Amino acid sequence: MKRLSDSVVARLQADMQVPDLTGTRYAVVRYLARGGMGSVWLAEDTILKRRVALKVLDLVAPAADLPARLLQEARILASLEHPGIVPVHDAGTLADGRAFYCMKYVEGQTLAQYIAERNLTDRLRLLERIAEPLDFAHARGIIHRDLKPENIMIGAFGEVLVMDWGLAKAGAPGLRSGENGSARGSILGTAGYMSPEQARGDAEVDHRTDIFSLGAILWFLLKGAPPTDQPAVTATVPRPLAAVCRKAMAADPSMRYQSAGALAADVAHYLNGAPVRAYRESLLERAARIYARHRTAVVLVAVYLLMRLLFILFAHR
Amino acid sequence: MSLTPQGGNFPLTRHSVVLAAQSNDPAVRSRAIDAIAAAYWKPVYKYVRMKWNISTDDAADFTQEFFTRLLEKEFLDSYDSAKGRLRTFLRTCADHLFMKQMRDANRLKRGAGCAHLALDFEEAERELAAVTAAESPEDSFDKEWMRSLFALGLERLRAGCESEGKLIHFALFERYDLNDADPKPSYAQLASEFGLAATDVTNYLAFARREFRRCVLDQLRDMTATDEEFRREAQALLGVETR
Ligand SMILES: Nc1ncnc2c1ncn2[C@@H]1O[C@H](COP(=O)(O)OP(=O)(O)O)[C@@H](O)[C@H]1O
Repeated sequence: MKRLSDSVVARLQADMQVPDLTGTRYAVVRYLARGGMGSVWLAEDTILKRRVALKVLDLVAPAADLPARLLQEARILASLEHPGIVPVHDAGTLADGRAFYCMKYVEGQTLAQYIAERNLTDRLRLLERIAEPLDFAHARGIIHRDLKPENIMIGAFGEVLVMDWGLAKAGAPGLRSGENGSARGSILGTAGYMSPEQARGDAEVDHRTDIFSLGAILWFLLKGAPPTDQPAVTATVPRPLAAVCRKAMAADPSMRYQSAGALAADVAHYLNGAPVRAYRESLLERAARIYARHRTAVVLVAVYLLMRLLFILFAHR
Repeated sequence: MSLTPQGGNFPLTRHSVVLAAQSNDPAVRSRAIDAIAAAYWKPVYKYVRMKWNISTDDAADFTQEFFTRLLEKEFLDSYDSAKGRLRTFLRTCADHLFMKQMRDANRLKRGAGCAHLALDFEEAERELAAVTAAESPEDSFDKEWMRSLFALGLERLRAGCESEGKLIHFALFERYDLNDADPKPSYAQLASEFGLAATDVTNYLAFARREFRRCVLDQLRDMTATDEEFRREAQALLGVETR
């Protein structure tokens, strides 16, 4: 029997994973990343001469229901035509038996990479862009269930994309294709960003589980890390924003913002110097905020009043 | 050998050597143990050499004894695929057998096991010499298991290519994919070397790679008792296991 050297074994092992694209219009360019369900490859669409991303299951999937789940993800993506959700082009089975789908190649950065070089205002403005596709999906009865910074990408034109709908649950009747794959009340998702009801494995998890995760993402935008426990007030996080996080991440879903848009709107209020709904500010904070927002007007009024005062004082001499 | 795509549909009747090794028919059992030994003798041999630092002769005897014991029915009968992988079971068995022999010191006498398997221990020794000190016996066991799977898959590929009259496909695969040389020969070089058109080289290699994967997975399927074990071992083989 032929002796295989370590390096040959390592290469054969790596080659096993390369998708067999025989008979398809695609050709592998290179490996991109690993996800929870398989791997993502950069490929060329040889007919349209453009680059695409292929999400492909492992050569032998760890569970028999994964092909169905990948197809479910592709169908969910296909049903969500929105600028904040990556467009899917094609889905099927490769010559080596692996399920795959083809989507737009997003040439960009993950949220973590992107925010590393941005100021607070820029970072906070992202929240609205993350909330839009979520509200869009929620309106169609689709819950993401695995929102986290790694699943948010910023494209080359600054577009914000919510990725990885692999755990998404479709409530809309049109999409429920028999077995949902993840509707077994099982605990999927990522700690730190996962709502308590989802972590408990509650069967009836609704769109507000995503609101919780969005709150955790807001915390990530502020601190560059997921909240460990309840978002505490710290010196580096403004009180109103900490309050927004707390409200979004309330243990009781009915105490949270009831839509992603409402959460984003409160953050926008903060950015515009308006009061935040989640936070009752003290008189001093209110004065400071109004001053910050209307700085010029406040200064003009103050100067006017001062001049009036001086005028009165001197006029009576 | 076929060009038919495989993957999703798992055959209903499995020719698992694990099940055959538990058969009541001694001939069936013996053939199955041979197959298990083919995949596991090097892992076992190197494992005991590394773990207990015993002499080459003692390790060779131990390995022979180990697979002879496997032939005795009660040994593998205690294996329950629902409780764990064959790979882990065999390694644990090696541990147990060694401990037992230590207690029962005279059992470790040279030549105690009846050497019925033709195993090339000298080759295994040469390979051991190249092992780095940082590698644990357990890691070595797993690595050798993987190497054996690929080597046995390769044997299947060769046999398949031979019976299909496609030895040139195999030769190309050997020359290119199993070649440690750096830089590798170019496809154009291979084309002139084998007297083929360049596109043939591409196609033949694609064929061989596809069939090789299939052979390796078939080999693995034979060496596992259940679909679940097969999937888990395949994840390990592909290096994508989540522990
Ligand atoms: N369309 C795409 N373009 C570029 N990279 C992508 C694309 N889709 C996924 N990726 C990369 O692959 C990684 C894993 O993808 P993801 O969808 O999260 O997989 P999974 O659902 O299996 O966890 C992502 O973090 C990202 O880096």
